[in-house]
Amino acid sequence: MRQSLLTYTLSLGDNSMILGQRLGEWCGHGPILEVDMALTNISLDLFGQARSYMQYAAEVEGKDRTEDDMAFLRDAREFRNVLLVEQDNGDFAHTIVRQFFFDAYHQLFLKALCESADERLSAIAQKSLKEVNYHLRFSSEWTIRLGDGTEESHQRMQAAVEALWPYTGELCTSTALDIEMADLGIGVDVAELKAAYDQRIAEVLKEATLTIPESGWQQTGGKEGKHTEQLGFILTELQWMQRAYPGQKW
Amino acid sequence: MTSINDILETVKDPEVPVLSILDLGVVRGTEVNGDQVKVVITPTYTGCPAMDMIEANIRKALKVAGYQDITVETILSPPWTTDWLSEAGKEKLRAYGIAPPVGGSEDKSVLWAEDKVIPCPHCDSLETTKISEFGSTACKALYRCKSCLEPFDYFKCH
Repeated sequence: MRQSLLTYTLSLGDNSMILGQRLGEWCGHGPILEVDMALTNISLDLFGQARSYMQYAAEVEGKDRTEDDMAFLRDAREFRNVLLVEQDNGDFAHTIVRQFFFDAYHQLFLKALCESADERLSAIAQKSLKEVNYHLRFSSEWTIRLGDGTEESHQRMQAAVEALWPYTGELCTSTALDIEMADLGIGVDVAELKAAYDQRIAEVLKEATLTIPESGWQQTGGKEGKHTEQLGFILTELQWMQRAYPGQKW
Repeated sequence: MTSINDILETVKDPEVPVLSILDLGVVRGTEVNGDQVKVVITPTYTGCPAMDMIEANIRKALKVAGYQDITVETILSPPWTTDWLSEAGKEKLRAYGIAPPVGGSEDKSVLWAEDKVIPCPHCDSLETTKISEFGSTACKALYRCKSCLEPFDYFKCH
């Protein structure tokens, strides 16, 4: 049970941290200043959430590891984030679609996690939900603005929807760990979120004049530690300092 | 000895230095027992980079005041909202040029809600427009006044 709670808590931290790291790559490169600030603000929120989860994970584990060890000294196979969040930033359309696909899930997930019997996870969820509501509003508005924008922005958004769609199935597919945690009243059976998720996606994409791809293959594995090649590149950059100078502090 | 609240009043939000941490509403409780003191705080945003500095400044101020055994605990629940800002704090924000939050915190899960009217902190005009939902820090949005043409920060509802 302790091991399950540890892995589960880390998986939530990993989702936030990896997406936060991706958004941080936009710092100084945003299409306009306001968007640059928005993406990095969202990144900051996600890192704050990741920190809360990883602090808790370190306590649950009860060894001498800290939140920093969790972030900087685990290898790719130990990361349990969903595949969607590790995908390339691509162009701005890809970043926005990835964000929208994740935010829509994240909001539903956190609402459910607020009811967790684990007081700490419930507290993190309550706090994070307030931030994620803003994220979802931002990514929904940009999805609509660009989808229903110029011919070029529409094409780029449709291309991004098609490229990222195969990574959305994993969000609402429950693993054995999800079900174990849900049965204990601690976690969320994410399969139960699927109807609401599909509805939210359909609602916004329709407004954005974008077409949902005809189902097809859905990639899974991230939640079990089997990642796309992207994650290794992210961790190389994220963990570089601690790998090159072990124990370095500032 | 100076009261614990008088000491905490001297600890400012590093990003909005006109606000004390009491104005900001991040202090959830204090316990004093001789030269032992415990302060419970809560972050405004999970990623607020000022929290570590606030904690360090609380320790420093208490130490200077003579406390030896200082504990600072951070809790997340119930989550901070702009409702925790004191009325005095809101007035200080306005005087500092940051528009205070308008109305209470609400359900932001609603998409496409109408934007609220935010009065300009410089000239009180109601003719203002949102430039960006995300501003110079996590807790602020960016607005512009159409009357005096000045841009300003808005301490957004949360």
